[in-house]
Amino acid sequence: MAEYKLLTKDFGMAGIQTLAVYERIGGYEGLRKALRSMTPDELVAEVKTSGIRGRGGAGFPTGLKWSFLPKGVHPRYLCVNADESEPGCFKDRALIDENPHQLIEGTLIAAYAIQAPIAFIYIRGEYHEQRLLLERCVEEARAAGYLGRGILGSDFSCDVIVHGGAGAYICGEETALIDSLEGFRGQPRLKPPFPAVKGLYGKPTVVNNVETLSNLPHIVLRGGAWFASVGADKSTGTRLFCCSGHINRPGTYEMQLGTPIRELLEDECRGIWKGRSLKAFQPGGGSMQVLLPEHLDLPLEMDAVQKAGSALGAGAMVFMDETTCMVDVSMRLVDFYQHESCGKCAPCREGTYFESDLMHRLEAGVLTAAELSTLTDICDNMNGKCFCPLGDTATWFVMSAYAAFRGEFEEHCGAGGCPVKRRHAEVAVA
Amino acid sequence: MSVLTAHTRAEIVRQRDRYPHARSAVLPSLWAVQHQLGYLSPEGMAEVAELLQLTPSEVEAVASFYSMYFDRPGGRHHVLVCINVSCALRGADEIVTHLERRLGCPSGGTTADGAFTWEHTVECLGACGGAPAMQVDHHFQENLTPERVDAILDGVRAAPAGEGPQPRPRGARGPSAPRAS
Repeated sequence: MAEYKLLTKDFGMAGIQTLAVYERIGGYEGLRKALRSMTPDELVAEVKTSGIRGRGGAGFPTGLKWSFLPKGVHPRYLCVNADESEPGCFKDRALIDENPHQLIEGTLIAAYAIQAPIAFIYIRGEYHEQRLLLERCVEEARAAGYLGRGILGSDFSCDVIVHGGAGAYICGEETALIDSLEGFRGQPRLKPPFPAVKGLYGKPTVVNNVETLSNLPHIVLRGGAWFASVGADKSTGTRLFCCSGHINRPGTYEMQLGTPIRELLEDECRGIWKGRSLKAFQPGGGSMQVLLPEHLDLPLEMDAVQKAGSALGAGAMVFMDETTCMVDVSMRLVDFYQHESCGKCAPCREGTYFESDLMHRLEAGVLTAAELSTLTDICDNMNGKCFCPLGDTATWFVMSAYAAFRGEFEEHCGAGGCPVKRRHAEVAVA
Repeated sequence: MSVLTAHTRAEIVRQRDRYPHARSAVLPSLWAVQHQLGYLSPEGMAEVAELLQLTPSEVEAVASFYSMYFDRPGGRHHVLVCINVSCALRGADEIVTHLERRLGCPSGGTTADGAFTWEHTVECLGACGGAPAMQVDHHFQENLTPERVDAILDGVRAAPAGEGPQPRPRGARGPSAPRAS
């Protein structure tokens, strides 16, 4: 099964970043159709029919999320989560770089569905050029009457504000994103109340991912039932998989959900590089548990991958060949969470510090076996005990790697260096 | 006396008026200050506070949370190298070693001539498909090799101020103080 191009079908087209080209290929027709022929309630119902689930990581049904907004409470706000920072993820950047108007159209459709007068696109600080691109596209769309007052002659008005972050992974968590957008340190808020009830500026708010929204023009134009016919039962549509690591052809591939992971690896990524074999892979991004070669026949489907003990998360696929040191990989991920911990709750703030310290000494081969045995305890004091999922997920990869590659972890104790790297260096010399 | 130019102050006011609540303009305002001064000076942050009707400590508390705001002057160009998993699997450590040698200072340092401040980061840059990757003045540079890094740095250094690839206005020509990583 090859790629199934829905969101990515116009990637690479010359001038696709301009309104003129986007209109020529039927751009903003989805918005026009929604405004002319659908009520907001009908639109929500259509999106429910499509079965689309959020593409940011948690996989919550989008239509259902919208329907949680309390009736009659206004204003409401839409926040577009373009804070993509999950290690291994780069699909939202591709969607912005390669088809920015598709995102803006989807944003306006969602804003119409929930009747939001303002939509904020919160984009991570590192995506500076993507922010400038989006700002230019927003102004183009405004000049053409696709956003602003009385859009396309309807009585619906909506402004789009592109808001740049400044380097903080935690701002991808929806309540931290809202805090950051309000001009505070980006720390998560206690839920409930959920953003649908009390979000940005204390008003009902929906936070949707870039990829989720980029699907909306297609759902409106071709219908929710059609969308539901693509992909798998409870994982409808396609997803963009960000493939990286030890593969011959890294990149973003759009696949029908339900396709076996092996096909993604062999057909699109062209297999593991240098004729080597696969040791392990991480679906979903830095937060998710490690999977093994035996899992390659799993379908790219949220529930199936979850049953295998991991998750599709935000759609990253990091493949590692036989020379990879799982302690080194775990150390880098743990370092990431320590760096990104917002400091609000003790289990995460302190726990990631302990984890990082331990993993660095393990990779350096100076940790004792007794000290290594405390890893489980540290993680157990974090997982499920942190204020938000960041602290929980800081334990998932390392714990799964420790379980699957216990011998490799233990081998590092007192080894005076990384035994895996030493082994492969010897092979290289020989 | 104002350290911010009329242009920067006007940009902050424009940002403030875009949002339902002025406080939302803190991050965009701090970006405007950094793009003018090259970093966030206490005086610059105080002016943001004044324009947004906040206290300087409120603005500083926000600024210190985000890793992309600089609290001291750096080089004319900023190089940020990813060392997270996807980049590490494809040779990020080699790029880091090369930069250290080539620029003559450790991560977080500034070259003797003030041309570059560089650092490595565990914060994934979102360029895993082109790993190993770095950003130079916010511009992605991917599929790096030591030779490519040399060519990129030579190109940036040779370009007249403000005409590098995707230039970022940086006024500061401060001393080469190492920055906290």
